[in-house]
Amino acid sequence: MLSALLVVGGLALVFGLLLGLAAVFYRVEGDPVADQIDQLLPQTQCGQCTYPGCRPYAEAIASGEAAINQCPPGGDETIKALAELLGVAATPLNAEHGEIAETPLLAVIDEQNCIGCTLCIQACPVDCIVGAARLMHTVIAAECTGCQLCLPPCPVDCIDMVPVKTEHASWKWPYPVVPIQPVCTDRAASMMEPPA
Amino acid sequence: MTDYLLIIVSTVWVNNFVLSQFLGLCPFMGVSRRLETAIGMGLATTFVLTLSSVSSYLIDTYLLVPLALEYLRTLSFILVIAAIVGFTEMAIRKSSPILFNVLGIYLPLITSNCAVLGVALLNVQQSHDFIESALYGMGAALGFTLVMVLFAAIRERLEAADIPTPFRGHAIGLVTAGLMALAFMGFSGLVKH
Repeated sequence: MLSALLVVGGLALVFGLLLGLAAVFYRVEGDPVADQIDQLLPQTQCGQCTYPGCRPYAEAIASGEAAINQCPPGGDETIKALAELLGVAATPLNAEHGEIAETPLLAVIDEQNCIGCTLCIQACPVDCIVGAARLMHTVIAAECTGCQLCLPPCPVDCIDMVPVKTEHASWKWPYPVVPIQPVCTDRAASMMEPPA
Repeated sequence: MTDYLLIIVSTVWVNNFVLSQFLGLCPFMGVSRRLETAIGMGLATTFVLTLSSVSSYLIDTYLLVPLALEYLRTLSFILVIAAIVGFTEMAIRKSSPILFNVLGIYLPLITSNCAVLGVALLNVQQSHDFIESALYGMGAALGFTLVMVLFAAIRERLEAADIPTPFRGHAIGLVTAGLMALAFMGFSGLVKH
């Protein structure tokens, strides 16, 4: 009886010791998965995903609280990259969080109508609006991410979203687009719908 | 030497733990949706199975049998397996956090994978020596990995196949597993045991 207790107790002690050493040896700082997710997000800090910024959203995805389809600025490409990273199915963007802008947008303040209320400055997640109380505000175009968060707070509706003009600095090669032709029509039609 | 080869061939193909003895079906169905995950799970199980087979042999031969404590076998084997799985979990978490996330609950569940305990107990039952235990564990794990990878590859193709709605998902998975088991029965004449 005593030897049985000693054997089991001794084994448990030895394995506990080994696991304790392994825990010290294989210590993981922070959450490496959240880091990798964070790198894929667009870092606009726009908050349209309902989280305060990209990093909190990445942590929420890593812990399984949030879905991967809540990031309008990232669009389909971010959703696909996240799906690839996490090994889950890519789902279309959740319309509750906004729409994917077809063209990159830029906020422009109609300076004649601006009353200098500073409300849009407080709303801007990337601090790209400069101005002061009762003085005209303006947008630093190079910093604006086009998240549209400054539109609702403006009391005089003097902010417009305008498409970014294609200039030498902002022009990019278009992606090569190959039209996909469905081979089997009814299966292709059912694959378009999200799985039930 | 032939004996050792026979053990490997027998555990990988003829007496495959998943498809002939139906042990370890939980991860077989659970993490076989994607090929990468299946390979990761196969490697993790290979590590755990080989190591637990060897260490449970050592504990049985040098601790339990001399002290006449054979009735503690299941308990102490589970202890060994749980410790090795815990260690594997930490190592994977450090080396591949994404794989750790993807495997999720199935990684700690290797502890309760009946193939792992089954191998340890069958080693005792068939009175294998040290090298035979190691080869038996490794063969079982290789067989597990082999069918996991084959099954995951088939399932990836099934995702895109035109399957009648009531059969989609796990239903066609189980049907496929059954057909694979039938196919593996073809190996049973390969080695006279």
